[in-house]
Amino acid sequence: MTRAPDAPRHRASLGRQILPYAMLTPAVLVTLAIVFLPMIQTAWMSLHDYVLFRPNDFTWVGLDNFKAALGDEVFWISLRHTIIWMCTTIPAQVALGLVTALLLNREFPWRALARALIIIPWALPSVVIALMWVWIYDSNYGVANEFLLRLGLIQQAVPWLADPDTALASIILTLTWQGFPFFAVMILAGLQSTPKSYDAAASTDGASPWRQFWHITLPGISGVMMTAVLLRMIWVANSFDVIFVMTGGGPGYATHTLPLYAFIKARTNLDFGYGSAIAVLFTLLLMVVVVIYLRRTGKAVS
Amino acid sequence: MALHKPSTLRRILTTDLPMLAILCFTLGPYLWMALTSLSPQETLFTQGPSLLNATLENYTRLFATVGFADNLIDSMIVAGGTVAVGLSLSITAAYAFSRFNFRGKRILMLQFLLINMFPLVLLILPLFVLMRVLGLLDTHLALIIANSTVAIPFSIWMMVSYMNGIPRSLDEAAMTDGCTRMQALRRVVLPLCLPGIIATGIYIFITSWNEYLYALTLGGRNVRTITVAVQTLIGEYEVQWGLLTAGGIVGAMPATVLFLIVQKRLISGLTQGAVKG
Repeated sequence: MTRAPDAPRHRASLGRQILPYAMLTPAVLVTLAIVFLPMIQTAWMSLHDYVLFRPNDFTWVGLDNFKAALGDEVFWISLRHTIIWMCTTIPAQVALGLVTALLLNREFPWRALARALIIIPWALPSVVIALMWVWIYDSNYGVANEFLLRLGLIQQAVPWLADPDTALASIILTLTWQGFPFFAVMILAGLQSTPKSYDAAASTDGASPWRQFWHITLPGISGVMMTAVLLRMIWVANSFDVIFVMTGGGPGYATHTLPLYAFIKARTNLDFGYGSAIAVLFTLLLMVVVVIYLRRTGKAVS
Repeated sequence: MALHKPSTLRRILTTDLPMLAILCFTLGPYLWMALTSLSPQETLFTQGPSLLNATLENYTRLFATVGFADNLIDSMIVAGGTVAVGLSLSITAAYAFSRFNFRGKRILMLQFLLINMFPLVLLILPLFVLMRVLGLLDTHLALIIANSTVAIPFSIWMMVSYMNGIPRSLDEAAMTDGCTRMQALRRVVLPLCLPGIIATGIYIFITSWNEYLYALTLGGRNVRTITVAVQTLIGEYEVQWGLLTAGGIVGAMPATVLFLIVQKRLISGLTQGAVKG
C-alpha cells in the first residue's frame, strides 16, 4: 500500500514529507498537554502523600499508597463490586442488544420508528437517567414498587436503593437499560452488512433457524460484537456518574466500585495521593482485562 | 417446505409483540418522568402522577425561581466551545491520517485510540489540580478543555472514517488542476464530508452537554451546567420530584432531538471501521 515517495521534484517531495506532520501537530500537542501530561501527573501524585487541604505537604512516600490500598478493606469490596458490575452489565447489554437487533432486522411496518426510539436512552444525560431511576425505585411513591405489588410479586414495598442487598442489582438494571441500545445499533449495522443471500442459501439447504443463526448470522457479526464489547467495557468502566448520583456509593459501601472509590476519596476526603493510587490500580487492572480480551477474541474471530 | 411469506399473525407474535415489549422497557422510564413532570406538586404524593389535571406549573417554576435559563446558557457555551475545539483540531489531523503515508503514522493513530481507553477517573484528579494552579476553576474554559480530552480523539476517529470514504482521485484531480494540498482539502474534501463533520460535531455537542463529573468537579458555582443544576434540585430533606423531572426533561431535550436527527449518519460512521475491520 505504501507508495515510496518517488520524487522527480525535490521541493514537492520535501513538502510532502513535512506536511502530514504539520497537519497533525496541533492535535498532538493539545492531547499531550491535556491528556498525557495529566496522566503522568496522576502517576506522580500516587507516589506522594498529597491531601488538598495541606497544599504544601507533598512528600514522597513511594509505593505506600499502593500498599495501603491493598490492605484497605474498602478497596477489596470495591474491586469485588467492579467485577460483579462488569460481568453482569455487559453480558446483559449484549443479550438484550442482540435480541433487539435481530428483531429490528426483520420486516415489520413500524420498523423505522422502532429503530429511532430504541436509541433514546443512549442520548439522555446520565444525571437525568440516574434521577429518573431513583424516582422509579423510590420506596414510598416509586412506580417499581407499585407495579410489583399489583402483580403480587412482592408483599411489601422494597426500598430498592436503600437496602444493601438490592442496591447493586438495582443499579445494574439501570446501567443495562442505559447501554443496551448501543449494542442493538452496532449489531444491527453488522447484521445488515452480511449478505441476505447467505441466509437464503442456508434456508434452501434445509438449515434450521437455530443452526442458521449459529453458523451464519453469529460469525457474520462477531467482528462488530468484539468491537462493541471492547468499547463498552471501557465505557462501563467510566460511567460511575450514574452510581454517584443514584447512591453515592452507599448504603455503606454496598455500591462502591473502584473508579467511584477513587473519585470519592479525592472529592470528599481531598486525599488526592490515595485517590490517584486507586485510579492507577484500576487503570492497570482494566488494561490487563482489555489485553486478555483482545488476545482471546482476536484468536476466536480469526 | 418452509413458508416463504410468514402469515401476519405469526409476524405479530414473533416480531411485533417482542419489539413492543422491548420498547415499553426502553421508553417506559422516560414517559414516566414526562408524566411526573406534568403533574401538580400537591397531588403528586397523594394521587400519584396522572394526566387528569396536567399542568406546566413545574416548568414555569423551573425557569422563574431556579434560574434554569442561566444553566442552559452555560451548557450551551461549554458544549459549543468543545465542538469548536474538537473539530478545528481534528480536521487537518484526520486529513493527514487519511491521505498520507508517513513514518510514525501507526503509532500516532494508536495514540489517539488509546486516549479513549483511559478511565476518566485517571484524568479528573490531575485536571482539577491543574485548573486550580492555572486559576481556571469554575470557568467555561476549564470545562471545554476537560471535554476536549474525549472530543478530540473521538472526532479524529470519526473524521478519518468519513474521509476514507472520499476517493483520493478527487484530491489528485484538483491538484493536477493547480490546487495546493490545503486548497484541495478546503475546496474538495471538506464540502464532501460536510455531513460527516456535522454529525461528528453534533455528537460532541451531545456528549459535552450530557457530561456531569467534570462539570461538577471543575465548575459548579459560577459556571453551572444543566446536568449539575438538575442534580442540585434535590433538596436536603424533601425531593421535589415534579420540579426535578421537569428539569430532567428540559435538560435532556436538546440532546435527544439532535440525536434523533443525526443518528443514521453517526451510526454508519461509528460502525464502518468495526464492520469492515
